[in-house]
Amino acid sequence: MATRVPYTTEFEKPLATLESKIEELKQLSGGAGVDFSDEIVKLERKAKKLQVEIFRDLSRWQVVQLARHPQRPYTLDYIQALFTDWMELEGDRRFSADHAIVAGLARFEGEPVVIVGEQKGRGTKENMLRNFGMPRPEGYRKARRLYDMADRFRRPLITFIDTPGAYPGIGAEERGQAEAIAVNLEVMSSLGVPSISIVIGEGGSGGALALGVTNKIMMLEYSTYSVISPESCSSILYRDASKAQKSAENLKLTARDLAGFGIVDEVVKESPGGAHRDPHLTAENLGGAIRRQLADLRQLTPEQLVRQRYQKFRAMGVFTTEE
Amino acid sequence: MAWFSKRQTMKAQPASDKPTGPVPAKKGEGLWTRCASCNAVVYTQEWEGNWNVCPGCGHHDALPAIRRLEMTLDPDSFEELDTELIPEDPLGFVDNKKYKDRLKSTYKATGMRDAFISGVGTITGQPVSIGTFAFEFMGGSMGSVVGEKVARVIDRAYERRIPCIVFSSTGGARMQEGIFSLMQMAKTSAALNRFRQVRKPYVSVMLHPTTGGVAASFAWLGDVILAEPKALIGFAGPRVIEQTIREKLPAGFQRSEFLLERGMIDAIVPRLQMRERLAQVISLLG
Ligand SMILES: [Zn+2]
Repeated sequence: MATRVPYTTEFEKPLATLESKIEELKQLSGGAGVDFSDEIVKLERKAKKLQVEIFRDLSRWQVVQLARHPQRPYTLDYIQALFTDWMELEGDRRFSADHAIVAGLARFEGEPVVIVGEQKGRGTKENMLRNFGMPRPEGYRKARRLYDMADRFRRPLITFIDTPGAYPGIGAEERGQAEAIAVNLEVMSSLGVPSISIVIGEGGSGGALALGVTNKIMMLEYSTYSVISPESCSSILYRDASKAQKSAENLKLTARDLAGFGIVDEVVKESPGGAHRDPHLTAENLGGAIRRQLADLRQLTPEQLVRQRYQKFRAMGVFTTEE
Repeated sequence: MAWFSKRQTMKAQPASDKPTGPVPAKKGEGLWTRCASCNAVVYTQEWEGNWNVCPGCGHHDALPAIRRLEMTLDPDSFEELDTELIPEDPLGFVDNKKYKDRLKSTYKATGMRDAFISGVGTITGQPVSIGTFAFEFMGGSMGSVVGEKVARVIDRAYERRIPCIVFSSTGGARMQEGIFSLMQMAKTSAALNRFRQVRKPYVSVMLHPTTGGVAASFAWLGDVILAEPKALIGFAGPRVIEQTIREKLPAGFQRSEFLLERGMIDAIVPRLQMRERLAQVISLLG
């Protein structure tokens, strides 16, 4: 996992400047008998304070940028950090292998589980392979195959959501993108095993939900989950994608928003400054959350799990009744 | 070579002595209607009498939701339900207009609270739980009320052990209700999964257009999926696809005929035969 962060968002820049200054002083301290340690301690304290200040009051648009941060840990990073015995299983047995979704078997703290997750890439080459984390129908059909397997072999299902959305292309439409997603929603609702979804970055619309009909829904602190991207929303409303900032505020798409709406069961704390600052700490927090949620769900019978999930989603929605 | 001397017809049994349903009400503003497809000018009374299908070229014009139910169900059999459901504004959504105000003005203009009409009725005497999108209400978009109504159509079919029919005509999820709109996809799909236990048919009818979150949930989960001719059906809208691939889409892309050819739907049924076909499916599977 990446530890140094060459990429910085606009709002992280004052912090990055301060940090590189600290780094500089540290290097200077090494030689020539000069001691900057007092100065360094002071600056480090200042940096910590600055980080707290910046992150205390993030706008929703800033959270969107963190959720899309190119150094953010991805599904395979969490799989590596939290699971053992990982074995990837490929292919939908119908058309092709889709690398925007990874799926397979592994152990979580010794217990065999099934994992399905959307996978983004780092750099151009890997992003091409992963199609920027935008699955095609084959990806969803592979996921469906693994959902069935989880059910049949009575293995808990853990999914990682991280996608701008399902891929909108000619081939994807021809091969039934909408159908593939729809079937997954129904299949997921029917599983007689514990299921947990975790939004680790971007939860982009139906393409995210196709991994999200689970007994428990968790979100990392700086992840987003939305019916539409802020850019698409503003290009529909204002014919102007640059008003995305405004749309992000309107859409109320952060983990904190969704917890407030009662949609999300648990918001998992990220390392200070975001998951990319300390992926190990973030993974540790996530591991603890998965452990807790799984322990709760293990108390339920297959029938109770199906009922809990049905009731959870059946109750979602806000409206009033007249008379 | 003919195997049978008299050809077996695959046509439906006439659904009733009035094959295309009850005679429509004579309404409409202008005296004449111009067909958007062939430019023919048709006496509005004739146009509406033909359920907004052009008598010249067969173009299927939009049909108001309530008329859809009139033409599908036995006369006077429809009982509208769930009218007590009123939309809310859980996000406090404001674009050029407050969502709250948009709901109010659309209510004033259409007389409808939201983009879906649901209830029960009969088709050739067979009871069905039925609902239809109203595209005329905010482009038939699905928020909490629409999702709840769809789920109730399915739940009623489950409780009464009767077939279920949903007509879709929608741009998808309603962004003004954000995550709640998205979750209606999960809610309706979960309701359908429960309904499967009673072994009654769910027929999904896709009208022009059926896209986005509705296409990607209950609309594509029909035991039988029918579509009107030339309806635009798909996950992503054509504009989004063109922007993504930076190419013009081929003619006929995402139309009913295209989807039928690719094995994605069961049949294309012209509007004037829809009632007959629905009666046939529910009598064969119900
Ligand atoms: Zn015409």
